[in-house]
Amino acid sequence: MATEAFTLEDLKRILREGAGADENVDLDGDILDMEFEELGYESLALLETCGRIEREYAITLDDNVISDAKTPRALLDAVTAHLAGAAAPVAA
Amino acid sequence: MTTPRVVVTGLGIAAPNGLGTEEYWAATRAGKTGISRITRFDPAQYPAKLAGEVPGFSAADHLPSRLLAQTDHMTRLALVATDWALEDAGVDPKALPEYSMGVVTASSSGGFEFGQGELQKLWSQGSQHVSAYQSFAWFYAVNSGQISIRNGMKGPSGVVVSDQAGGLDALAQARRQIRKGTALIVSGSIDASICPWGWVAQLAGGRLSTSEAADRAYLPFDEAAAGHVPGEGGAILILEDEQAALARGAEVYGEIAGYGATFDPAPGSGREPGLRKAIEVALADAGVDASDVDVVFADAAAVPELDRIEAEAINAVFGPQGVPVTAPKTMTGRLYSGAAPLDVATALLAIREGLIPATTHVEPDPGHDLDLVCGQPRTSDLRTALILARGHGGFNAALVVRAA
Amino acid sequence: MSGRRVVITGVGVTAPGGVGSGNFWNLLSEGRTATRGITFFDSSQFRSRVAAEADFDPEEHGLSTQEIRRMDRAAQMAVVTAREAVADSGLDLTALDPYRTGVTIGSAVGATMGLDEEYRVVSDSGRLDLVDHTYAVPHLYNYLVPSSFSAEVAWAVGAEGPATVVSTGCTSGLDSVGHAVELIREGSTDVMVAGASDAPISPITLACFDAIKATTPRNDDPEHASRPFDGTRNGFVLGEGSAVFVLEELESARRRGAHIYAEIAGYASRCNAFHMTGLRPDGTEMAEAITVALDEARMNGDAIDYINAHGSGTKQNDRHETAAFKKSLGDHAYRTPVSSIKSMVGHSLGAIGSIEIAASVLAMKHNVVPPTANLHTPDPECDLDYVPLTAREHRTDAVLTVGSGFGGFQSAMVLARPERSLA
Repeated sequence: MATEAFTLEDLKRILREGAGADENVDLDGDILDMEFEELGYESLALLETCGRIEREYAITLDDNVISDAKTPRALLDAVTAHLAGAAAPVAA
Repeated sequence: MTTPRVVVTGLGIAAPNGLGTEEYWAATRAGKTGISRITRFDPAQYPAKLAGEVPGFSAADHLPSRLLAQTDHMTRLALVATDWALEDAGVDPKALPEYSMGVVTASSSGGFEFGQGELQKLWSQGSQHVSAYQSFAWFYAVNSGQISIRNGMKGPSGVVVSDQAGGLDALAQARRQIRKGTALIVSGSIDASICPWGWVAQLAGGRLSTSEAADRAYLPFDEAAAGHVPGEGGAILILEDEQAALARGAEVYGEIAGYGATFDPAPGSGREPGLRKAIEVALADAGVDASDVDVVFADAAAVPELDRIEAEAINAVFGPQGVPVTAPKTMTGRLYSGAAPLDVATALLAIREGLIPATTHVEPDPGHDLDLVCGQPRTSDLRTALILARGHGGFNAALVVRAA
Repeated sequence: MSGRRVVITGVGVTAPGGVGSGNFWNLLSEGRTATRGITFFDSSQFRSRVAAEADFDPEEHGLSTQEIRRMDRAAQMAVVTAREAVADSGLDLTALDPYRTGVTIGSAVGATMGLDEEYRVVSDSGRLDLVDHTYAVPHLYNYLVPSSFSAEVAWAVGAEGPATVVSTGCTSGLDSVGHAVELIREGSTDVMVAGASDAPISPITLACFDAIKATTPRNDDPEHASRPFDGTRNGFVLGEGSAVFVLEELESARRRGAHIYAEIAGYASRCNAFHMTGLRPDGTEMAEAITVALDEARMNGDAIDYINAHGSGTKQNDRHETAAFKKSLGDHAYRTPVSSIKSMVGHSLGAIGSIEIAASVLAMKHNVVPPTANLHTPDPECDLDYVPLTAREHRTDAVLTVGSGFGGFQSAMVLARPERSLA
């Protein structure tokens, strides 16, 4: 698991699977710094999405990730930080 | 102050023998059944294998994917049926004041199929696998909530659960809210629990037919009656204050004229079951005599004892062979809380066309002494119809509709 | 039939920390909490492992083995609680026309405990997609359709009028009683046995609230886990229980010399049409429900002596309803004690609305306002008088009680002494 990365493509896939996609939003456009709300995802969709990320990547995100990570970039960073943290003991 | 009349101005139908009002009514007047072997799961291992499944419904054609992720099958049907009912009524909810519109639906078992999926994840994989949407997607209030959100309706709303009788209880509650001053209520019910978990729970109720022949499985008032076939679907109706409806030039299907509800006495009490009383209350509420009623849409349990009780109640009020009785639900199966709203919609369509749809495949037991409309639909000048519904445990409801 | 007024003449309560309305009031007035680490099952896999469990033994309350077997816990509680309410009312229902007595029971999640247990059996712990009917218990249908709750109560009290279950999520307990009031007012019934019951402390309920982080993860301090209006609150504590009332038309209650707890003077329900679980901070729709309920009661907001809040202990809720109180009552909101009994008995979903009606009428009876337990460090954005920690003697002639539920439902009820002057 140490080499596993979490990419924008992964995030988009999980968003579509868990919460669908707003017909008026192009998820394949330049969305990294758009707010989730603009992309049509409210708190519940993000809870579902984070739950799926946690299961798939076997991590536990802090409660504040959902309220703090307002954009795909912020969520990618948060998940990546967790993956790095989870990897550390394995490397040691 | 006179009590405002409450009228039906829109219908949205999702039934096993037809999706949409036009298809459903064409099938119903032609006696076309929607009952067949279950396709949603393999029923081979279960004693009952037939159901009425709504054909040709592709939710993705009608609803955004954001909603699909969080909804059970029955909620999707209900949202689409609501869209159709509003369109039929010529109502654009965005153009009306938010608090002037409410939603009152019935439910029986909620989003049971969604619930099965999440229970399975919980017990086979662990609690962290349960969806965030489980907190509401399965519960009884979900259709009223989702309909209100999709259509921006902020007025008085509610959900009633009284098994199959609930469909009429919801319409009565909707009428109550309109009489108290809300202009429009979306009401009725769509129900579905044709999933293995729902099937096992229904089997436990002991009233399912185990026949494997679609034309012999659900035979109310027949000597061969041996239980019912469950179905899914129902109808969403738009109810409005008559003055408001007429003021906007709406086309009116008919009036919700009277309602009565009772509960059967405790088993072993020796007292009479409550259905007759419910009918009498509904007729009095509508201000009509038994002789004014042109047709009765029966509950049609197809359990011999329950058929006898229903026939006796009808005969006690109308006299033997005293009124045409029909059960078009022989073509759809029993739709739980969706059944009675569909019967109300059917009654309104019947009144409009002057045609009583038939009870299919039934050879009436002469012992019941009912004028059961069988085989072919019957042409008749219809003004007033009585719809009956009963729920497991002893719930009785009766509703009178009248031509506009 | 216009002008018929509806009063509460009998109260029954089964709540965490207090079975019976007397025990329930003792808990509230002493400011004790009934929240604890879950004992019903091994909850180690869950994020939130605290709940307010009721020490309810159906056998002790006279239910037969057969009744216990066929009823889900929530139905058992409803029946026992309904019997307490009828006994308390002093009304002999058998002497009345049974068609004129109805039943409404509120429940958000029905027989969820029974369904969870039975699913596990018929699915072989989730291994079977095609669950096995040969392992199903005969009463599974009663779990499938929770109208069985009203059926059981109707049989228990001998009611043969309209009966139904009202299921509007977490406002069910208010809406069930509101529905019953409408039936008496319009003349459909003379007496209603109305209330609510929920027993949701089951693995599936814990899991679904875990998934949306709605329940508190404060597992190391369960007694102080439910903290409405406190700056440190981080979610609600699941509870269970039932409250049932006998409702009668005022004049007939007076004629028979009944003890009248309160008139249900006004009630209204609205939807936020916004989100299945989320609330907007402005509280507009709840404020609208409050305003309409006050109008129906023909009362000014200034007449409210106590607000029994929804106070679930989520930040979103606490701010939402604080805004709603200010919007509907104006400056009077600042002068009125507000408290949340969920700090003590947890959040029993559909039942809590009725349990809060019980708390409200008992506050009127004793002229004592129950406190908000565990409120040590107020959220600065919640700046009303939330009656922290200890109950307060306070003349209470009129109470506003509110609820907010998944699906967007917002309900408000005004309880008042019938002899008040009408605005």
